[in-house]
Amino acid sequence: MATAQTQTAARLMMAPAVVLLLGWMLIPLSLTLWFSFQRYNLLMPGQEFFTGFDNYRYFLSHPNFWSALANTLILVGGVLTITIIGGTLLALLLDQPIFGQGIVRLLVIAPFFVMPTVSALVWKNMLMHPVNGLFSWIARVFVVQPIDWFAQAPMFSIIVIVAWQWLPFATLIILTALQSLDEEQKEAAGMDGAGPFPLFFYIILPHLARAITVVILIQTIFLLSIFAEILVTTNGGPGVATTNLTFLIYMQSLLQFDVGLASAGGIVAVILANIVAIFLLRIVGKNLEA
Amino acid sequence: MGSITLDHVTKSFGAVTIIPDISLDIRDGEFVVFVGPSGCGKSTLLRLIAGLEDVSGGKIMIDGADVTNAHPAQRKLSMVFQSYALYPHMSVRGNIAFPLKMEGASKEKIDEAVGNAAAILNLTDYLDRKPRQLSGGQRQRVAIGRAIVRQPKAFLFDEPLSNLDAALRVAMRLEISELHKKLGTTMIYVTHDQVEAMTMADKIVVLNAGRIEQYGTPLELYSKPANRFVAGFIGSPKMNFIEGAEAARFGAHAIGVRPEHFTVSQEAGSWKGVVGVAEHLGSDTFLYVKSESGDQLTVRTSGEIPVRSGETVHLTPMDGRVYRFDAQGHAIAG
Repeated sequence: MATAQTQTAARLMMAPAVVLLLGWMLIPLSLTLWFSFQRYNLLMPGQEFFTGFDNYRYFLSHPNFWSALANTLILVGGVLTITIIGGTLLALLLDQPIFGQGIVRLLVIAPFFVMPTVSALVWKNMLMHPVNGLFSWIARVFVVQPIDWFAQAPMFSIIVIVAWQWLPFATLIILTALQSLDEEQKEAAGMDGAGPFPLFFYIILPHLARAITVVILIQTIFLLSIFAEILVTTNGGPGVATTNLTFLIYMQSLLQFDVGLASAGGIVAVILANIVAIFLLRIVGKNLEA
Repeated sequence: MGSITLDHVTKSFGAVTIIPDISLDIRDGEFVVFVGPSGCGKSTLLRLIAGLEDVSGGKIMIDGADVTNAHPAQRKLSMVFQSYALYPHMSVRGNIAFPLKMEGASKEKIDEAVGNAAAILNLTDYLDRKPRQLSGGQRQRVAIGRAIVRQPKAFLFDEPLSNLDAALRVAMRLEISELHKKLGTTMIYVTHDQVEAMTMADKIVVLNAGRIEQYGTPLELYSKPANRFVAGFIGSPKMNFIEGAEAARFGAHAIGVRPEHFTVSQEAGSWKGVVGVAEHLGSDTFLYVKSESGDQLTVRTSGEIPVRSGETVHLTPMDGRVYRFDAQGHAIAG
């Protein structure tokens, strides 16, 4: 069917979608790129002018830039570690025939449907609150000094909240992969004398490699731009302890009204995301080849 | 070192009974084939012996030791699965070495065993490939290699050739038979293909609906079928069964004559019939004959017979080659 006519027709049919997608992505990106080279502060309207790389110089030499970069990577790394290990264990558990399997699976998936701001607020006020939270109540039951989570372990708290949201995603993907493992392979390994642990490490884990790769790639993309959870819980604090790149850019643009500087930060974040993506594809991408 | 005894073994899944009651003795070094139509419980029986399924009742003994509740790995049996069940992320070497690695064998011992197995199975050039880079026959050999290195008490084959094409199947059939001669280890082989069973087996177990219909050497089964099921199942093309008045003349509810046990004549004979289709294969000719009494008979005769479709032929069964069955399908002796 690959005649010249059908090819032209196919291109025409696809054109609207391609144009829309390109516009959707390219216009904001080029505008950001344009603003990043402008001296553009909302407090000084009408005084915009081209400044070359000044915005980049200011942003990269910002006192909080390196800590924000580190926070971003710690957040991504922490959440990935928890969700991959936890997701694999949960998937192994959910793969067992248990009573009320359907309900249990639904409950496990539920956190994914809660929007980020809501789940962060639930954690902040119901669980981690130093006075009214469930954790502080538990601490007092055991006569222990309750922890003020967001003051004493702010980054850890954020990681826990985000990991809680993404655990279902990881579990779901890994569970699907687990169920696609050929039963005869497990039986063969059993007859070959592999106990539960060798079975997991030699047979199951290699089978899951591809699914885990997908989880890592997709999660990284979303975790690099975590924002809502930080805004409603710590507001980037205390100090800049939980300020990641996204939050730093937000502070530049919407708290200091410096659009040019924030745009430069945005471009830096895009470049960072690409660097991370390239590294990830190098490290884990080979698993995706058939 | 691999005699296997089943003592009144039963297996049911919930309310469904797959195997009502089976007792069987397999002697050391025998090549035993379980054959039967699909759903007859032959694979289940193999999995019971392997330990992949728990028995519902009865005992399984290997070399006299009760292994009814033993873990599959403890039974020291090796299994070749229908899907081969190779580990896709491991090389051929890794696959074959896996059972030894699980036993905790030393590196040198593993290398030696893998080398030997690869040499026996002509896999030496493929040791570093992944299973997906191999052809069907090569994968089959890797699966066998993985089974060999453990030096098991017995090999279990679960329809190992059903995924191969016809030519390769014949070749692999020979290879497995030769392997059995070379190793002298007990082998249990499950298939639904009676040709495989006849060509490979020392002894055949014919199963139907979870029961053993007959247990014997291929020629015993061919020449002295215990009942109508075995008579119809063993031999290709299938045995012709004639019921009614013709059978009554022989003092039986039904009589059976194999296609190759007819004498064909164009002048005179016991039964007259019209040839529907004549298949001339060169070496043989198959005639599909509609007899006067309305029975459809398959006849196998020599290649050069000049009979065509639509012609009338006379068929006579050879002396002593008429099998008689009573109303229950049991063979009537004599």
